[in-house]
Amino acid sequence: MINTFIGNLGHMMTIVAFVSALVTAFAYFQYFKANELEKASWKRFSRVSFYIHAVSSIMIAFSLFEIIYNHRFEYFYAYSHSSMALPVHYMISSFWEGQEGAFILWIFWNVILGFFLIHTNKVWEAPVMIVFALVQAFLVSMILGVVIVDFKIGSSPFILLRDATQAPIFQMNPDFIPEDGTGLNPLLQNIWMVIHPPTLFLGYASTLIPFAYLIGGLVTKKYSEWIRPALPWAIFSAMILGMGILMGAYWAYVTLNFGGYWNWDPVENAVYVPWLIMVAAIHTMITFKKSATALKTSIVLVILSFILVLYATFLTRSGILGDASVHSFTDLGLSGQLFIYLIFFTLVAIFLSARAWKHIPSSEKEASVYSREFWIFIGATTLGLMGFQVILPTSIPAWNAMVESFGGISNMAPPADQVEFYTKFQLWFGIALALLTAVGQFFWWQKMDKKALKDALLTPYIISVVISALIIVLAKVYDWKYMILVVAGTFTIVANAVILSRLMKKSTFKLAGGSLAHIGLGMMLVGIMFSSGYSETISINMSGLTYSNSWEDELNKEHVLLWINKPLQMKDYTVIYRGRQKKVVGIPEFVPAKILESTDQVNEAIALEDYKDYFKKGDKVNIVLEENDYFKIDYYQNEVMKFSLSPMSQFNAGMGGLISSPDSKIFIDKDLYTYVAAMNDYEDPEWKEDQFYEVSPGEQFHIADYVTYFDGAEVLREIDDYVLQEGDVAVKAKLRILDYDVEKKIEPTFIIRNNQVGKLHVVDNELGIKVTLDNILPEQNKFVFKVNQYQKDYVVMKAIVKPYINVLWIGSLIMLVGFTVAIYRRFDEFKKMRDKGLE
Amino acid sequence: MKKGHIIGIGIIAIAIVIIMTSIGDASSYETFDTAWEMKEDGQDKAIHVVGQLKKDTAGEVTGLNVREDKTSFTFVLVDNDGTEQEVFYNEPVPADFTRSESVVVIGSYKNKDIFIADKILMKCPSKYQETEVQAAGM
Repeated sequence: MINTFIGNLGHMMTIVAFVSALVTAFAYFQYFKANELEKASWKRFSRVSFYIHAVSSIMIAFSLFEIIYNHRFEYFYAYSHSSMALPVHYMISSFWEGQEGAFILWIFWNVILGFFLIHTNKVWEAPVMIVFALVQAFLVSMILGVVIVDFKIGSSPFILLRDATQAPIFQMNPDFIPEDGTGLNPLLQNIWMVIHPPTLFLGYASTLIPFAYLIGGLVTKKYSEWIRPALPWAIFSAMILGMGILMGAYWAYVTLNFGGYWNWDPVENAVYVPWLIMVAAIHTMITFKKSATALKTSIVLVILSFILVLYATFLTRSGILGDASVHSFTDLGLSGQLFIYLIFFTLVAIFLSARAWKHIPSSEKEASVYSREFWIFIGATTLGLMGFQVILPTSIPAWNAMVESFGGISNMAPPADQVEFYTKFQLWFGIALALLTAVGQFFWWQKMDKKALKDALLTPYIISVVISALIIVLAKVYDWKYMILVVAGTFTIVANAVILSRLMKKSTFKLAGGSLAHIGLGMMLVGIMFSSGYSETISINMSGLTYSNSWEDELNKEHVLLWINKPLQMKDYTVIYRGRQKKVVGIPEFVPAKILESTDQVNEAIALEDYKDYFKKGDKVNIVLEENDYFKIDYYQNEVMKFSLSPMSQFNAGMGGLISSPDSKIFIDKDLYTYVAAMNDYEDPEWKEDQFYEVSPGEQFHIADYVTYFDGAEVLREIDDYVLQEGDVAVKAKLRILDYDVEKKIEPTFIIRNNQVGKLHVVDNELGIKVTLDNILPEQNKFVFKVNQYQKDYVVMKAIVKPYINVLWIGSLIMLVGFTVAIYRRFDEFKKMRDKGLE
Repeated sequence: MKKGHIIGIGIIAIAIVIIMTSIGDASSYETFDTAWEMKEDGQDKAIHVVGQLKKDTAGEVTGLNVREDKTSFTFVLVDNDGTEQEVFYNEPVPADFTRSESVVVIGSYKNKDIFIADKILMKCPSKYQETEVQAAGM
């Protein structure tokens, strides 16, 4: 029976949330305007309407999760994003796989942040919450799913499958419920995909807070006071957004097979740019607090970071990127609505700041080269230019769409080699940032003139030159650009470490945020330089095949073909592919796939053999996602097996084919990253023509290329899965086939019943052969074997060494710690001021 | 001249460099005919061509030729003008390549007979209205 209740509940809650968001905005507006007598009642009313909004928003999320959790495939959302076989933690990923779910996540975070703001503010509550409620109204409208005169407002996640599709089955049976959903995109079946989107959306959501304070400040004519409460949130936003980006990068590194953590894909760029701008905004805001300059710059940057988040949403969610991105986003026809959203807030922000512009205090005094304001400003500018360089080419598809909407033709495409294109700029910006953070920190903590600067910088400079020289020599960094980067990165690490140690001696840990974050930055730059600049593909094909075209010989083949059991030299390693494996519930290691036979039930198999102490022959075992195959690749050095990697692939018919994920061996100083790019498909083999062999027991012969021993035959009393009757004769031939260091037993059976012959052939998928005991010739003492060949199992694999990638990850963590310390410090400042009754 | 002005000019100069390189390095969507003209004019820049895989009357993909070591292959792409072109890709055949609805190849002509793709983007049909875009590694 179709359950329409939960969908109706969800849809109703969406409408309630939308209306209550508008009511909240109106109520806070009244509260803001009201006189002292009425203020209290408006305040209560505003808060109540926000709570109604909050509860209904949470109910939206609850309804959608209920639909997914209970496998209600009558709903389009559950049908297209989930399936029966999915474990609970991946159901959470299903929740935000679709755009509607992602918007709900965003709405949810805004509600949580709204709670915080209401309860941490006194005077700022009204103006800030007006902006908040308006943003919420826009976001909720994205999932409203209401059609008003041909104009679709939002796309509801609560529509039934029968309404979403015109599948003929629904004409015959409107109450039809599919047995199973099409499943979650296997690339998203990863623990990082459970936590990366919420983090990123919290980052998205939190960029609203500094913006809301700013708008509040502009409206209430508190042109500079908004900075103090906004600052901790701006740092929070930059930290969470940064963490979300890093998690996404890490997810890409461990699940996607493009061979790295960052690909300069438009979707990545679209979040990277607002982050850069937010970081720039933090710096100018801190400068303002210290010395009352850079207020106008801060205003511009805060607006820009929020608008850029909206723009990122517009780019990624409107389908405009189409052919330009590897990420899949369905066009839900919301681009118009997203565009209005973007334009509305852009215009409001521009209008309000333009109106206030001449009242905004700014210092006329020219900043000295020896002042921190000067260096911070240069740093912010560098960050701004960095963002500009990325957002410009990323917007090419949007530019094309715009030209076309005016009837023109634009055939511009994003740069063909994105990595090379962006790197050539970002590398130099990165170097500039590293140098600025090193020098800037000294200006920050003490008054500087020419001489003091020289004294302060000399020691860190010498130390870092010595360390970089060591790094360059030991790690063989011979590219001049990378040498400069190493020096710059080391310099910022050393200089900031010096500052850090001084601060720790003199005062508390509270002030350490800046230097920690900058040390992290230096490490990240060095880590990125090594892991990307010196990443080396070691799976170069040395097969020595000559190609028909001479030009083809010149190309490096960056993949190797590994036949099962056949060793292959790959740089320092000898690698051997050992066959497919499955992950079984409750067993910490992979289990060879050949000893498992799947049953009719989802994720269930019967063991064909005993396996260690884990299960016995004939046991039923539960497989963790049966579509997943893990390819066992053993790595040998000097004839000794060192380790084994198991890159994964998944065949998922519903999602359209094969998807593969890498596996890496993590060393202290490098990662060995491997993935399978192509593999044998033995589901439905096309057997080649019959080949017959007449052999006597004890004889040795060749099946295909394999040395085979015929050890003799045996008369059987019983056979698995087959009932022998009185008078039946069953004979099993024992063949031993050698394939490199592996010996396989193949035992085809021959049964005679009432002069009728039955043959039980044996298929070995790994060797790609089918062996049948075709006849027995007693007078010649010979057995006739029929052999059909298909193809030996193989994988095509790529292996890349990524040196010092851990430096990047450690640097990232240090940077995040730095941000956290800074948030604590700035929020503490805000609280102290608020409690004095000043804010 | 004030320091502020120098910095301002510096920023504008860098911004102009960024804009110019973005335009200069931007690729373009071409057909095989225009791509070949560009090659003949001596432009080796990688460009985008959108097309479909060549299919026989039964709707099966034809012209797919995988190299013996399975690490590279050639295929025939028909661009939006109907021009057929053999394309070489120095990677294993991406999964569900033959199922793709349209293919974007990014690369350039080696000679008149062969177009070398550095990168392939595929658009694959999925059930119902779902569409999925997938890239086949770099």
